[in-house]
Amino acid sequence: MSKIANKQMICEVLMDAAKTDRDIVALCSDSRGSGSFTPFADTYPEQFVETGIAEQNLVSIAAGLAKCGKKAYAVSPACFLSTRSYEQAKVDVAYSNTNVKLIGISGGVSYGALGMSHHSAQDIAAMAAIPNMRVYIPSDHLQTRELVKALLKDEKPAYVRVGRNAVEPVYEEEHVPFEMDKATVVCEGTDIAIIACGEMVKPAKDAAELLNAQGISASVIDMYCVKPLDAEAVVKAAENAKAVLTVEEHAPYGGLGSMVSQIVGSRCPKKVVNLSLPDAPVITGTSKEVFDYYGLNAEGIAEKAAELVK
Amino acid sequence: MENLTALSYELRKDVINMIRSGKAGHIGGDMSVIDTLVTLYFKQMNIGPENMDDPDRDRFVMSKGHSVEALYAVLAEKGFFPIEEVIDTFSKFGSKFIGHPNNKLPGIEMNSGSLGHGLPVCVGMALAGKMNHQNYRVYTVMGDGELAEGSVWEGAMSAAHYKLDNLCAVVDRNRLQISGNTEDVMHHDDLHERFRSFGWHVIDVKNGNSIEELDAAFEEAKTVKGKPTVLIANTVKGCGSSVMENKASWHHHVPGDEEYEQIMKDLEERKEAALK
Repeated sequence: MSKIANKQMICEVLMDAAKTDRDIVALCSDSRGSGSFTPFADTYPEQFVETGIAEQNLVSIAAGLAKCGKKAYAVSPACFLSTRSYEQAKVDVAYSNTNVKLIGISGGVSYGALGMSHHSAQDIAAMAAIPNMRVYIPSDHLQTRELVKALLKDEKPAYVRVGRNAVEPVYEEEHVPFEMDKATVVCEGTDIAIIACGEMVKPAKDAAELLNAQGISASVIDMYCVKPLDAEAVVKAAENAKAVLTVEEHAPYGGLGSMVSQIVGSRCPKKVVNLSLPDAPVITGTSKEVFDYYGLNAEGIAEKAAELVK
Repeated sequence: MENLTALSYELRKDVINMIRSGKAGHIGGDMSVIDTLVTLYFKQMNIGPENMDDPDRDRFVMSKGHSVEALYAVLAEKGFFPIEEVIDTFSKFGSKFIGHPNNKLPGIEMNSGSLGHGLPVCVGMALAGKMNHQNYRVYTVMGDGELAEGSVWEGAMSAAHYKLDNLCAVVDRNRLQISGNTEDVMHHDDLHERFRSFGWHVIDVKNGNSIEELDAAFEEAKTVKGKPTVLIANTVKGCGSSVMENKASWHHHVPGDEEYEQIMKDLEERKEAALK
């Protein structure tokens, strides 16, 4: 199975679309290399805008371009895009309803050892709180491909977070189940519902196999559409299980766990436990080391799930 | 009205009535900026209710969004919506005429209100025009206090980098902001040099409340190639009546009955003088 980073897939889909659509514009803030967008900049220089290290400018310029008919993709590290240019995302993109897709690269703790300034463990909470801003966190490059194709067809604002490194695919090249704004059921089960997004979906899927070996039946829901959250999928999964476990590469407040808890609490009360990063600067290390340390891996997820259905 | 100076004083009355009715509004900046808006909408830009979907229309973003009352008065005069509706409902419960520009209203391109957004957004609009080889021009108006926002200078830097000669910014240099004199709050007296050093063509409009001078400056801007232009429009905050002129306390003061009578009388006198 091929393994390419989700950000690279975004660039590939946009380059493919740009062949016939001159209105597609990519913008980077000295981030074309880290965003895997150098091929786009080299191939379509007339459709590429460099703003230098100026994320506020990046997002406002994207909004201005979009207001004049462009399909603007602003590509910048998630840590800066979701904080430094937050007001531009709120006012110029969401409030003004411009066709800007904010692509947060190297999201979560991708920049592991670089410290909290470079982590975006608050981006779901921040972006989802803005009216008219959608939030997508695809799990693998195949889902990313389908997501970006879908985003190309609409004219609404969105924030997309992807990680820095290539991750093991969740889906198979021949079979990528995808419906826009509908969660993907990775597997079905009756004891516990595991709802995850982004890079946490693969370990959740692996955890379901570990649980299966212990005689525990787990469903895994890939909630790549964090906002609009697929509430029906949450309710269905929760109703069919004894408890719900959410897993996310995000701080404990305001993320996927909070949003799922709201739905389950109000519509089908069941125990919900949230696995996330801590409300603190995370420990130094690679993404994998950080995930392992906080139990955000297959073993950690399986252990927590088993505890819940005991 | 043929005489735009007279029109400008007449529209100031609409603004005053709006603010009295809504019991809110940024009256001082409205009065300083309205001549710029009248010049743009009645002399310079090809914008009207009939062509708001035309991709070749000029673009305008009110970066100093708090002076929205002046923009409402001008847009109403252009025929985008009835002035009576604005005056009746401005700032009231459920009104679509809120205290900052909103693009749900006809004639308004971008929502603003938070300062330092208009120029960077206009950079994007001007870039799109260059990419598409279109001839429209892009205009924005900023306040002088607004220049303390760092994002203004990010926009200024990129406008020069991309040689956006289709972009023209105006600084409404009325020298007052909510806390007092701009030079006491954060000095901007060298702003001409700042813009020049960023690669802009700078035009000092000695009387920024003169439609003739503004119009001449906008005409000059159109001849500048390879760089964006900024007009430093030296205006009078509260321009139109000595009751409110050059008084920081009139940043967002709602005139009382006596003040109202005097202001309306002064505006009428200035309008009559302009018509002579």
